[in-house]
Amino acid sequence: MTPHQKFTAFRTILTKEVLRFARIWLQTVLPPMITTALYFIIFGNLIGPRIGEMDGFVYMDFIVPGLIMMSVITNSYANVVSSFYGSKFQRHIEEMLVAPVPNYVILTGFIGGGVARGLTCGIAVTLVSLFFTSLNVHNFWVMFSMILLTAILFSLAGFINAVYAKSFDDISIIPTFILTPLTYLGGIFYSINMLPEFWQKVSLANPILYMINAFRYGFLGISDIRLAASYAISIAFIALLYGFSILLLRRGYGIRT
Amino acid sequence: MVPALSIRDLNKTYKNGHVALKGISLDVAQGDFFALLGPNGAGKSTTIGIIATLINKTSGQVSIFGHDIETDSAAAKSCLGLVPQEINFNQFEPVVEIVANQAGYYGIARAEAFARAERYLKQLGLWEKRRTMARTLSGGMKRRLMIARALVHEPRLLILDEPTAGVDIEIRRSMWQFLREINAAGTTIILTTHYLEEAESLCRNVAIIDEGELIENTSTRQLLNTLHMETFILDIKNPLERLPELRGHSVRLIDACTLEADISKEQTMNLLFQDLSAHDIKVLSMRNKTNRLEQLFMRLVEGNDNTGIEA
Repeated sequence: MTPHQKFTAFRTILTKEVLRFARIWLQTVLPPMITTALYFIIFGNLIGPRIGEMDGFVYMDFIVPGLIMMSVITNSYANVVSSFYGSKFQRHIEEMLVAPVPNYVILTGFIGGGVARGLTCGIAVTLVSLFFTSLNVHNFWVMFSMILLTAILFSLAGFINAVYAKSFDDISIIPTFILTPLTYLGGIFYSINMLPEFWQKVSLANPILYMINAFRYGFLGISDIRLAASYAISIAFIALLYGFSILLLRRGYGIRT
Repeated sequence: MVPALSIRDLNKTYKNGHVALKGISLDVAQGDFFALLGPNGAGKSTTIGIIATLINKTSGQVSIFGHDIETDSAAAKSCLGLVPQEINFNQFEPVVEIVANQAGYYGIARAEAFARAERYLKQLGLWEKRRTMARTLSGGMKRRLMIARALVHEPRLLILDEPTAGVDIEIRRSMWQFLREINAAGTTIILTTHYLEEAESLCRNVAIIDEGELIENTSTRQLLNTLHMETFILDIKNPLERLPELRGHSVRLIDACTLEADISKEQTMNLLFQDLSAHDIKVLSMRNKTNRLEQLFMRLVEGNDNTGIEA
C-alpha cells in the first residue's frame, strides 16, 4: 500500500469509529455530562463551600480539571474496549484482517476513535462545568497536550483489554476494579499533600495522579507533581502499551486462530 | 502462467492437537471456477482461513498470483476477496457503509468507494436497502451483501465459503448467474458448497478434501466420467402390479407408477426404452435419483472400494 492508501485506510477506520459512538450518543456522550453535573452539584455546590479552599482555590475550581480528566479517561478506554471487543465478537475485525491494512494503521484507527470520544466527552463536560464556575486556563498547551496524551494512553489500555477479553464480563472487570479506583485515588477531589507521608508515596505509584495534576496545572497553575515527571510517565506508558499492542496484533492474539 | 492460488504441503494442527490439514498441495489456474468440496470438518474452512490469513498455518506455503501470504502479504491480500461461511459484518451499520468501508481498508478513496459500493449493491439487488441497518436484512440479502463487500476492491481471486447456504432456490440461481458473469469477466473463483448440484453446474475443476487430506483433484468432467453407474427414476403411465422381466437391465418397481433403473456407462438408454416399450410400459418422465457429483462425492469420502468408480 502507498502512504496515501494507508492514510485512506486510517481515515476509514477513524470515520467508522467516530460514527459508531456518534450514532449512540445517548449511551456515549450524554451519560458523562449527567454524571459530572451531579458531581458538580453535590461536591461543588453542596459540600464544596463547607470544605473551603484547596491549594488556594475554591473547591469547585479545584475539582473541575480532575472531573474533566476522569471523563476523558473512562470514555477513551470504554470506546476502544467496547468497539474492538465488539468487532471480535461479531467477527467484523476480519474485514480489516483480510485487507492489506498494516497493523499500526488498524491500531491507530481504533486509538483515534478512542481519542475522539474522550475529547468529545471532555469538551462536553467542560461545557457543563461552565454552568457552575468560570474557567480560567493557565497554560492551554499543557492542558491540551496532557488531555491528548491521557486519551491516547487509555485508548491503548482499552485496546489491550479488548484483545485479551473473551466475554463481555472481561471488558468491565478492569474499568470497575482497577481504572475507577485509580482515578478516584488520583487526586481528583484532593491534593496528595493532605495525605500522611506514607500514603503520599503510595499515591506516586498511581500513573493517573501525574496526568490529573499536570492537567490541573494547565487550568490553575498548581500541581502536586513536577510537570516533567507527568510528561515522562505519560509518554513512557504510551510507548510501552503501543509496542505491546503492536506485538499482540502481529501475533494475532485473540483475533487469528 | 502463474496460478491464481498455489498451495504446497499445507499443514495445520490446532492447539488442542486436532490435525486439520495433512500436507495439502493444489493449484488453481487463473480464470478457473474451482470447487473445494468435502464433508463437514474435512478442512475446507481451515484451508480458506489460512489463505485469507485469518488462521495461522503450522507449515507449508500459500501464494496468491505468485505473492506469498507471509513474505508478500499486502500484495497477496490485494488480490483476494473472501466471502466467509459465517456472517461477519457489523450488524449495526448501514449496508452501504459496510461495503464502502471495506473499499477504504484497501486504500480506495471515499468517493470511489461509494461509487463502487453503488455498482455492486445494484448488481446484487441491494441498492434499495443501502441505508438499512444490516441486522434487518434477510438471510439471502446478508449473503449477497458479503459478496458485494468481497468484490468492492475488485479482487482477481474470489473465494466463497458456502455462499448459498440457507438461501432459497430463486436467489441461489440468480447468485449462480452473477458468479458465472464475474468469472467470465476474468475473476478466478473458488467455491465450497454442500450443494453438489451447485458445484456440478458452476465449476470446471474440483478438489475433494477429507479428514485433512486431498483425495481428489481433477476436472469436473473427468470426475463425472469416472461414474460407472447412474440411477434414474422413471414415472410410468399405466400402473403395474408386477415388474416384467427386463433382461440385461437392473430395474426395480418402487410403487405402481414408479420404476428405478441402474444404467451402466456401457448401456444406452435406447435399449432400456425398447425393452420397456416391448412390455407396453409407457414412460412419462425421467430424472436422476441423486446428483451425479453427489454420488461420486459420497463414494469417495466413504472410501468404499466397490464404488463403481473406474480406477
